[in-house]
Order: sequence, then structure tokens, then C-alpha cells
Amino acid sequence: MTTLALLRNGIRDNNPGLVQLLGLCPLLAVSTSLASGLGLGLATLAVLVASNACAALIGRHLPSEVRLGVFVVTIAGLVTGVELAMAAWRPGLHAALGIFLPLIVTNCLVLARAESFAAREPVGRAVVDGAAMGTGFLLVLLTLSAARELIGRGSLGAELHLLVGNAAWGHGLRLFDARHGVLIALLPPGAFILLGLTLALHNALQQRVGIQA
Amino acid sequence: MDTGRAESAMWRGLRSALILTAVTTVAFGLVVLVHEATRARIVASERASRVAQLEAVLGGIAHDNDLLADVTYVHDPALLGTTRPVPVYRARHKGRPAAVVIAAVAPDGYAGSIRLLVGIDGAGTILGVRVVSHHETPGLGDAIEERKSDWIHGFTGRSLVDPPPERWKVRKDGGDFDQLTGATVTPRAVVRAVSATLVYFEQHRAELLAAPATMPP
Repeated sequence: MTTLALLRNGIRDNNPGLVQLLGLCPLLAVSTSLASGLGLGLATLAVLVASNACAALIGRHLPSEVRLGVFVVTIAGLVTGVELAMAAWRPGLHAALGIFLPLIVTNCLVLARAESFAAREPVGRAVVDGAAMGTGFLLVLLTLSAARELIGRGSLGAELHLLVGNAAWGHGLRLFDARHGVLIALLPPGAFILLGLTLALHNALQQRVGIQA
Repeated sequence: MDTGRAESAMWRGLRSALILTAVTTVAFGLVVLVHEATRARIVASERASRVAQLEAVLGGIAHDNDLLADVTYVHDPALLGTTRPVPVYRARHKGRPAAVVIAAVAPDGYAGSIRLLVGIDGAGTILGVRVVSHHETPGLGDAIEERKSDWIHGFTGRSLVDPPPERWKVRKDGGDFDQLTGATVTPRAVVRAVSATLVYFEQHRAELLAAPATMPP
């Protein structure tokens, strides 16, 4: 696969959220506002790139019986680093993401890419794959969280100051008052319904371009 | 030959164990480095957010002391809603007590306890109330949060004489405080907890202001 094919694979044809259906727990739980969706998406992307790089570097030298264990330890270390960094520099976002930030360790997407792809590939291609898969996951998170925030609270990016600092305070888009929001969009059932709709849309688009997902 | 195979299996196992140990040690070392590099910032930002929470219920009253350092712990499950020690932060100006912040609990919310911060000035007037944590229904009971509605501001400026104690209730129960659309239990619990906190302050005012700062028990 060329670099372009790797990117297309991770973002479209084999999208982790819409085709592989990996990492749905954080996807559904955190996508209540654009800011937290973007935050978790970027954190997952960073961990995926780094863990794929590590897996490609050491994967082929590992005996099979400890390979998974080594990957889990590596991923846990990376996630802890990201979590500490976020607690230090973006405490508001850290509080908003709560338990789902450390739970990136258990996102099967990260371990699956390390074990089934990166461990047998050169570092460069593993990094591209991590970036592609991470971007695919990020895009689904953004779609879902933008839709949920808009429908549920009538705003878009109202909490982005948590991510980019107080300069962005009050810069979000507001369509209507939060009181008129459709509450179910913010609750778990709304997350499932909107994910289902996004899946259907993705399948329809894939069929149109003639690539059966 | 059998012994040779056993030895090689043992060697393989040992090698695997060594690799796992080495990787874990390196990962642990890196985490320790990151932890050291971020610790000061994390402590500072946690502190800043706690100070901001306390300042929010002090309504800008003048004080010059470190709120987090000037704290005493009290115990009164009947009025403060929890069997645990309740921190009381004191705001002082030029050494004279100006206000307290009591971390009271409303134990009877719709879905468990609601943790509050109640800021009260020396005369027993409320400077501000905020909900620190709760599990109330999203879209209904969560209007007690400041970022969801301004209901919680309804306490500011109130005291045990305004309204009188018998009217420290939601309107539905014949009191002076608004209820929330679709949620009665939640505001009832918060109103009761705030008024009980005022009663506690009334009974213990002198000790609360005079007690020396202590460490958490």
C-alpha cells in the first residue's frame, strides 16, 4: 500500500469508528461537545502515532508470548504521559474528559493497530497508518460531537476555550438557547442514534463511489 | 536431548521475562520523568481552580489571606448533610474575619448527594452559592449548575431574616424560592441545605471565625 492508500484506508475505507467499530465506548461517551470530542480525538491520534512507532521499532524483536504485554505497557506509558501533560497545560479539558482520557489505554483501536499492522511494518509506514487511523477516529468524533452539541444545546464549540485557552472564551457559535435543545441528543440513546445515522451515511457514500465497505 | 529442550524452553521463558521487565522499567522511568516535569504545573492549576471556586461564592468581598491555608474542619451531620468533616474556609481582611465558605452537602437530592459551596459574610448574609458536584437529571435538575441557569444566584443576598426561616422553601411548599421546571426534589434539597448551613453558621459563628487553621483530619 502506498502512503495515499494507507491514508484512504484509515480515514475512509476502513475507518475505525464507522467500519471497524473500534473504540465506540469513548466515542459515544465523550462526544457531547465539540471541545471534548476534539480533545479526546487529538489525544487518541497522538497516542496512536506514538504507539505505532514504538511497535514498529521493537515489534519484530519481541518473542510472541510477551509481545502483547509489551505493547500494553508501552501504550499505558504513552497515555499516562499525555494525561499528565493535559492535566498540566489544559486542566479544564482534563476535567471534562475525566476517566475517558486514561481509558485510551483500553481503546482496542490502539492495541489492534500496534499488533496487527505496525509490528510487521517499517516505522515510516506504521506512523502513517497511526496518523490515518487516528484522523479517521478524530473525524467521526468531530462529526458526532458537533451534531450532538448543536442539537442538544444549540451551540457549536462553546467550550473550545478549554482546549485553546481563555482567548477563545465566548467565541463559540450559538444557534438557539440551550433551554430549547433536544435533550436526548446529549444522552446515551442520542449518541447511539446519531452514530447509526452517521454509519448509514458513510455506507451510502461508499456505495455511491462503488467501494463496498 | 530432553534436558537440552527443557533448558532452551527455560531460556526462552527467561528471555521473555527479561524483555518484559526491561520494557516496563523503561516505560516506568519515562512516566516518572513526565510526572516530575509536570507536577509543579498540575499542583498550581489544581490550586488555581480551587481558589476560583471559593472566590466565586465570595462575591468579590475584600480579603487578603490565602483561603486554602485558612481552613478549619467541622462536624455536624444534621445541619451540614454529611458524616464527614466539612471544611470551612475563612476570608480575612487585615487580620479581621470577613466571610466564610462552608462546603456543605445536600444529602437528599433526586439522585444522591449534592455538594455545595456556601459563602456567608460575617453578618450571616449569603455572598454566593455554587454546586460543586451532583448527579441530578440532565436537562431538569441540573439547572442548579451555574452554567445551565441562573437559579443558584437566587440565594445571593439572602439570610435567615430574608426570607424568615419558615419561608426558606420552594414556592410550591409555600416558600420564597423558585422551583425548576420538571424538578422539585432537587431545588427543595438545595434550599434546605443552604438554610441549614445558615443555621449552622448562626450557631457557631464565633468559633468558625476564631478557630485556628488546621490540617485535614
